[in-house]
Amino acid sequence: MWRDALLIAGKDIRIEMRSKVVINQMAPFALLVLILFAFALGPDRTPLINATPGLFWVAVLFSTMFAIQRSFSLEASEGLHDSIILAGIDPAGFFIGKLLAIASELGVLEILTAVGIIILYGAHIVSVLVLLSSCVLGTIGLAAAGTMYGALVSGMRLRETLLPLLFLPVASPVLIAGTRSWQSGLVGSHVSAAPWLWILVAFAVLYICVGIVLYGPMEDM
Amino acid sequence: MPNSLILLNKVVSIVGQFPVLAGVSLQVDAGEVVLIEGPNGAGKSSLLRLCAGLLPVSRGDGQIFGFDLQTERAQVRRHVGLLGHSVALYDELTVRENLVFQIKAARGDTTRIPLALELLGLTGRLIDTRAGSLSAGQRRRAAIAILVARNPDIWLLDEPHASLDARARNILDDIILQAAASGNTILVASHEPDAFAGRTISVSGGVVVYDTAMDATPRAFKGPDTADSGEASMVRALSADGGGYHVA
Repeated sequence: MWRDALLIAGKDIRIEMRSKVVINQMAPFALLVLILFAFALGPDRTPLINATPGLFWVAVLFSTMFAIQRSFSLEASEGLHDSIILAGIDPAGFFIGKLLAIASELGVLEILTAVGIIILYGAHIVSVLVLLSSCVLGTIGLAAAGTMYGALVSGMRLRETLLPLLFLPVASPVLIAGTRSWQSGLVGSHVSAAPWLWILVAFAVLYICVGIVLYGPMEDM
Repeated sequence: MPNSLILLNKVVSIVGQFPVLAGVSLQVDAGEVVLIEGPNGAGKSSLLRLCAGLLPVSRGDGQIFGFDLQTERAQVRRHVGLLGHSVALYDELTVRENLVFQIKAARGDTTRIPLALELLGLTGRLIDTRAGSLSAGQRRRAAIAILVARNPDIWLLDEPHASLDARARNILDDIILQAAASGNTILVASHEPDAFAGRTISVSGGVVVYDTAMDATPRAFKGPDTADSGEASMVRALSADGGGYHVA
């Protein structure tokens, strides 16, 4: 499984480094979301700083859909789809490989978005550890759920509209838990980050397990 | 290894609600080269995809390399290579990177890659050119190189001569003959004249209507005007690594 996962992840990351979709499309989109929200909330900094954790995760969530659609468009042609199946790649390995590639792309995006938040909103960091923990856990969870739903809709004609409809409601626990933990780590509220981080852990573990078990049967659907 | 690598017995395959194969029976032995003829929409590509374990068996039964097509499709897929209409290349990867990825994914022998590239005339700067920058013919040659380097037991070739120039077509015919001589079993769906096949089958309406191995009198193809009768028949049916290639 791990051999196939590394092969798929290496291939996807190499393609991403050549096509630069994250840098050229996803990052500007995420920064645009931050800027538009800043305009919408007005010149008063207090509501802006309070909304910063939620805005960060909304930007990440929307960008995740870009990453998922891009990832599954790589094998959209019949020839490549067939070749992956005929190569005998372990479906669980394929799932983990896609997950790793999407998560690494989101990681780059989150760094750029976090820098944007600090510069644009003047956010004050209280606990780097909490912020990093929630980013890592939330990213893995989003990538795992996104890979599952991306595979589910990849063969459908209406995949571009179906993916947000299926994925966004499912990803709402990450949005909520990520926002709450960031409130603790960024603004320094009295909210404890621990229970929210545990929700992120549970979400990630659940979708990784579901993906490993169900990806093979989904492939043959 | 079983003698008959491909055994299909009245196989019906339904995709969506449409029967793409309507009771195909076929037996192909190891080392045979079989040309599949038939009009557009007859079921040639579907027959190849069935043999690759990519289509479901709705009725009847079939075995590829001794593995059941209904219950052991994963094992079937390890023994077949399919060259379809759409080439299996990532545009952002170079020709070499595409081959290395595909061969590693299939757990093949990457030391065969240089020979396969040379055999298909993919040398010099072409090797490190991104697949998206190649011409249709060069992309086709790269896809054939993947098949040659992977060297599966059963080769399923769907219109393999498409986009190839005369020289590349001759090279491909030589490759097919040498692969068969090495023991590979090859099914070719093609509108090209029979240049290499020892046996020809005709497919129409999702069934094999003529087989030179069974019948000495060729039947004429049903033309497009009679295609409906083919569809009607589908509805009625609803009830070695030792490949030693030499560069010329």
